[in-house]
Amino acid sequence: MAAAGSRMDLRRALADALVGGFVAAALAFPMLGFRLEDSSTGLSLGLRMGWVAAAAAVVFAGRLALTLLAGTRRPRSGPLERLGERFAGTRHWAGWAMIGLAAVLPFLPFADRNLVDKATMVLIYVMLGWGLNIVVGLAGLLDLGFVAFYAVGAYSYAILSETFGLSFWVCLPLAGLFAAGFGLALGFPVLRLRGDYLAIVTLGFGEIIRVILQNWVDVTNGPNGISGIDRPTLFGLSFSAMAPEGQPTFADFFGIDYSAEHRVTFLYFIILAMALLTNLFTLRIRRLPVGRAWEALREDEIACRSLGLNPTTVKLSAFATGAMFAGFAGSFFATRQGFISPESFTFIESAVILAIVVLGGMGSQIGVVLAALLLVGLPEWFRELQQYRMLAFGGAMVLIMLWRPSGLLASRSPTISLGAAK
Amino acid sequence: MEYFLQQLINGLTLGAIYGLIAIGYTMVYGIIGMINFAHGEIYMLGAFISLIAYLAATTIGGGGVAVGLMVALLATMLFTALWGWAVERVAYRPLRGAPRLAPLISAIGMSIVLQNFAQLSQGARVKPLPPVFRGGFTLLEGETFSVHLSYLQIVIVALTVTLMAVFTFVIARTALGRAQRATEQDMKMAALLGVDVDKTISTTFVMGAALAAVAGFMVTLYYGVIDFYIGFLAGIKAFTAAVLGGIGSLPGAMLGGLLIGLIEAFWSGYFSIEYKDVAAFSILVLVLLFRPTGLLGRPEVEKI
Repeated sequence: MAAAGSRMDLRRALADALVGGFVAAALAFPMLGFRLEDSSTGLSLGLRMGWVAAAAAVVFAGRLALTLLAGTRRPRSGPLERLGERFAGTRHWAGWAMIGLAAVLPFLPFADRNLVDKATMVLIYVMLGWGLNIVVGLAGLLDLGFVAFYAVGAYSYAILSETFGLSFWVCLPLAGLFAAGFGLALGFPVLRLRGDYLAIVTLGFGEIIRVILQNWVDVTNGPNGISGIDRPTLFGLSFSAMAPEGQPTFADFFGIDYSAEHRVTFLYFIILAMALLTNLFTLRIRRLPVGRAWEALREDEIACRSLGLNPTTVKLSAFATGAMFAGFAGSFFATRQGFISPESFTFIESAVILAIVVLGGMGSQIGVVLAALLLVGLPEWFRELQQYRMLAFGGAMVLIMLWRPSGLLASRSPTISLGAAK
Repeated sequence: MEYFLQQLINGLTLGAIYGLIAIGYTMVYGIIGMINFAHGEIYMLGAFISLIAYLAATTIGGGGVAVGLMVALLATMLFTALWGWAVERVAYRPLRGAPRLAPLISAIGMSIVLQNFAQLSQGARVKPLPPVFRGGFTLLEGETFSVHLSYLQIVIVALTVTLMAVFTFVIARTALGRAQRATEQDMKMAALLGVDVDKTISTTFVMGAALAAVAGFMVTLYYGVIDFYIGFLAGIKAFTAAVLGGIGSLPGAMLGGLLIGLIEAFWSGYFSIEYKDVAAFSILVLVLLFRPTGLLGRPEVEKI
């Protein structure tokens, strides 16, 4: 009986895979089977039907393997579920361990300049993820144009420091304020809209900001961007090899040899501190009335209104707070790169940040870190595969979502609830 | 006056193209309440496939221009619809019933995949197609400026109107359309009453993709240049059009598309080309402020 059953299964799996292979062949036929070739005489077509066969074969094999494996796989309780449960119990411990690791990372024997640089990049996204988490995870507002505030922060620092010669530490709060101001200005008219309308308006706003940055050449220098942005200093000690006269450099002051690594490490610690502040802020504000109001609004807007909360003000505060952190991260990005252009603030950045929040499991702070490592850290290591990197990146987004629809570490439970949580 | 008329014609043509893409967004949103982010890429694939099919029919098949265009149109609709179906099957269907943001992220991922797939398989360079469809009328002969209406513009608008009529008929009168409307109103109830919900949703994606394919075909002929990146902006604008017209409403999508096309044409005609995208989005924000459900949308009923 069992043998007959498995033979039936095998036959069904084969038929299923065959259909998959045929579909793949049909899909690949126009796009892979022909190649558009430009030449001096105009466009012509090249043939490469081998690719179609290859695509069909890959899909056939993959589909067959999947169906056959699916029969043997245990349902539910995968390793990540267990990890999630364990994290739920020892989240405090895990969080502190991660912070500890992050704090000593630059001093570890295997940490070279390259690694610290990449870790800095990941931390920027962690911070952005935590900032967006306030908007999406806590307040439940879908924001597809988060990168706009990131851009506002970056450009406000670059322009302020260029025109008025203000230092990074003066500009940092200002950049945050500007971004929050933009958040308020945008949020005020649109936050009355419901869910997906908000998404498209924020997406449009992100594009508007980028178009303005590109075309308002007098202020933003257009597509060429702004270069030579000031680097941050440590209480007035600069990290360059040669200080402007009268000011000691970091290396002079401490009587050590100059090394470019000092600055990289310094930048790393700045963003680590900024990211941790964002995290602390989020954890704390969840216990304040306004944080409670965000979560309540996410859970049930009508109930909130009935209890006398003004949804627009509550949403606006979440929107502006998230924007402020994006502004901070933006001005850090500007000072780290030393160069910014509209290229850095495309929609794909918003998508990446949103993906980090959703993949991490909305509302989960550690989930954001994991997702940022996965989506930003991992591709950084595969830079050599430049061409295929984005393909794999998009594919990974789809696959992770299919595998864990509610995020890697799902914990979208309200901070407090009456009686047993649902 | 002549200039105005010319911008009106250009705007209507552009609007017809946006409208066709917008229908795909609005139907999918209406039926499963999700923003199909990959729809713009489907349109981009449609443009590529139509270019390839046209070249294959004329150079390899040895057909004339007319044959080439017919083959290109049919092949594009067929293959692009298949792409639309496959995307839904692979990336969205498993996520039915998942948290609301999951299909959105999956769609964004799919959009990145398709964009890079087109780039890798056909190269990043812009693909130019010499105009195959010349000629037209000169409507008004001004002193400095004369108004042209090309045959291609007539074809684009006529094709759009025909497709709109066919699709309105399908939605309003056929069993398939009834199933779609039922699924849109209440998926569970429709399933209980014997509607094959999965199949209906698949059909919706196929229909949307076929219309996007026609838009891609027309844009290839109209502009003569395509690249792998055209899907993104067109997708956003078409979605804007769908929202503007009232999402979920078929005539709304068409109206929104026309409005976006006209705004863009007039803005770049009279003000500045650089800021035409800003204009379209600003109008959207303004409309949503005063009519939060779009121009032709039904007000949502809040259920407790």
